[in-house]
Amino acid sequence: MHPAYSVIFFTVASGAGFGLLGIAAIALLLGAEPSLLSGVLALALIGGGTLSSTFHLGRPERAWRAFSQGRSSWLSREGILAAATVPVCLWFFAALYWQWVLAMFAAVVALLLAVATVVATAMIYATIKPVRQWRDPWVVPGYLAGAFASGAAVWAALDAGVAGRVAALVALAAWAAVKLFYWRSIDRPQTGPDIGSATGLGKLGTVRPLDPPHTEENYLQREMGFRIARKHAARLRRLALLLGAIVPGLLLLVSFLVTPFAIIAALSALIGLLVERWLFFAEARHTVMLYYGTNVV
Amino acid sequence: MTSLPPPSKVQLGLVIDLDRCVGCHACATACKEWNDGGASGPLSDTDPYGAKPSGVWFNRVHSYEVGDGADGCTVHFPKSCLHCAEPACVTVCPTGASYKRAEDGIVLVDEDLCIGCKLCSWACPYGAREFDAVEGVMRKCTLCVDRIYNDSMVPADRVPACVQVCPTSARLFGDLGDPDSHVSRTVKEREGFDLMPELGYRPVNKYLPPKRQMKLASLATETAAIDQAGFFLRWVDRLLTR
Ligand code: SF4
Ligand code: SF4
Repeated sequence: MHPAYSVIFFTVASGAGFGLLGIAAIALLLGAEPSLLSGVLALALIGGGTLSSTFHLGRPERAWRAFSQGRSSWLSREGILAAATVPVCLWFFAALYWQWVLAMFAAVVALLLAVATVVATAMIYATIKPVRQWRDPWVVPGYLAGAFASGAAVWAALDAGVAGRVAALVALAAWAAVKLFYWRSIDRPQTGPDIGSATGLGKLGTVRPLDPPHTEENYLQREMGFRIARKHAARLRRLALLLGAIVPGLLLLVSFLVTPFAIIAALSALIGLLVERWLFFAEARHTVMLYYGTNVV
Repeated sequence: MTSLPPPSKVQLGLVIDLDRCVGCHACATACKEWNDGGASGPLSDTDPYGAKPSGVWFNRVHSYEVGDGADGCTVHFPKSCLHCAEPACVTVCPTGASYKRAEDGIVLVDEDLCIGCKLCSWACPYGAREFDAVEGVMRKCTLCVDRIYNDSMVPADRVPACVQVCPTSARLFGDLGDPDSHVSRTVKEREGFDLMPELGYRPVNKYLPPKRQMKLASLATETAAIDQAGFFLRWVDRLLTR
């Protein structure tokens, strides 16, 4: 699938925002006091991400219509949940300086909404049947782990406490583990649709493309035909893990001695996540390409 | 609403006869012509006469080779929206722009509601939806809904443009929800099939297989019969096949 930069940036940024909000909520419930800056940053990441997601729309001025189909559409649900999170986030941080009990209650709601929104984002992909790499059971855990790992890394960059950095280390390790499971899962050979079942002609013999329906690339090929060579994918997977987990992990360890290193750790984690999200699209194959002669998806 | 309506009794759709299709692309061209100027137009083209032409089409004709050696044959394969009974392209739509009609099962896009998020085109396994980058909205086959119910046309014309134009009558239009309809009976007789049934979209449109084996077999008996025929018949045959 074509990796659209606006969507990659959106899912990583808003994921980190929801992760940060979730971590702040957990911190409050465990007795720490989230800084105002963490609230501002969470909202900025969520808002910036959402804004960027509208850039890939054909009609961004109608984006508000996307809130209307929560009954059937995960994209709609994501929009509704994300929009609902914003006032809860404001309430959460306002209540911190005003009424502690109310803040605790807001924290619980914020945590639930943050998790639900990230799950909704993941479900947009996990319900696309024609893309095997997205139907994978590790997709939802991957988005959740990515959101909380990056959120925790940002939290650790803002907060000098030890607990936050330990949490970030754990979350980053969990994310790396989930991604390794995901990649192992999608690498397994599958018996999905092939050119024979796509055309229904497989029972008559082997099917080979003879003439394409058009001479130039069309929308379908541009959008769904993006392919990345196995060798490059393997290299980028290693890069994602390096920047997303290993480097930030080491930097977080150093940050116990030199605090500002936690900031570089958070930036590295975010870049690693961007690489991983790019791959999430680049490695995904759509069944429509079977009609254009791809043998397996 | 992008939730699906209760299954309708009427399920309008197409039956594509892969035995008859000669790959002339007339259906694709007629479709483009009608719909470009019709209710769902324009179907934008960019750089139409340049080096990299690109445009929106509802119907595309692929060609494949099936089987090997003497058993091999060429199959021309038109593909457009199959108006699935379980169209995930509809349920994923966040705006309500994509919908399945309760009365006849036709799957449509309301282009005034569409935000162009492209999600529906990802959800369609068959590549039946094409994004119109000029208009910023999603486009797809309408089963010529503006022809088939069009009172201002003579009844013979009230069929999809692709069906009307096909020179070999390889495209049949009718109600596949009615087991006694002409199309349903043909599908049964000819063992029509679904594309990628394993994905569970339950397409309404059906494909009829090429009658290759049957033809090869009958051709062999015909030749044998002519070989045994008398001198005069052999002479006529040679004259006619020249
Ligand atoms: S063929 Fe594709 S666009 Fe048409 S109804 Fe089925 S899933 Fe939707
Ligand atoms: S591109 Fe338009 S029709 Fe398709 S899912 Fe998005 S809003 Fe719905």
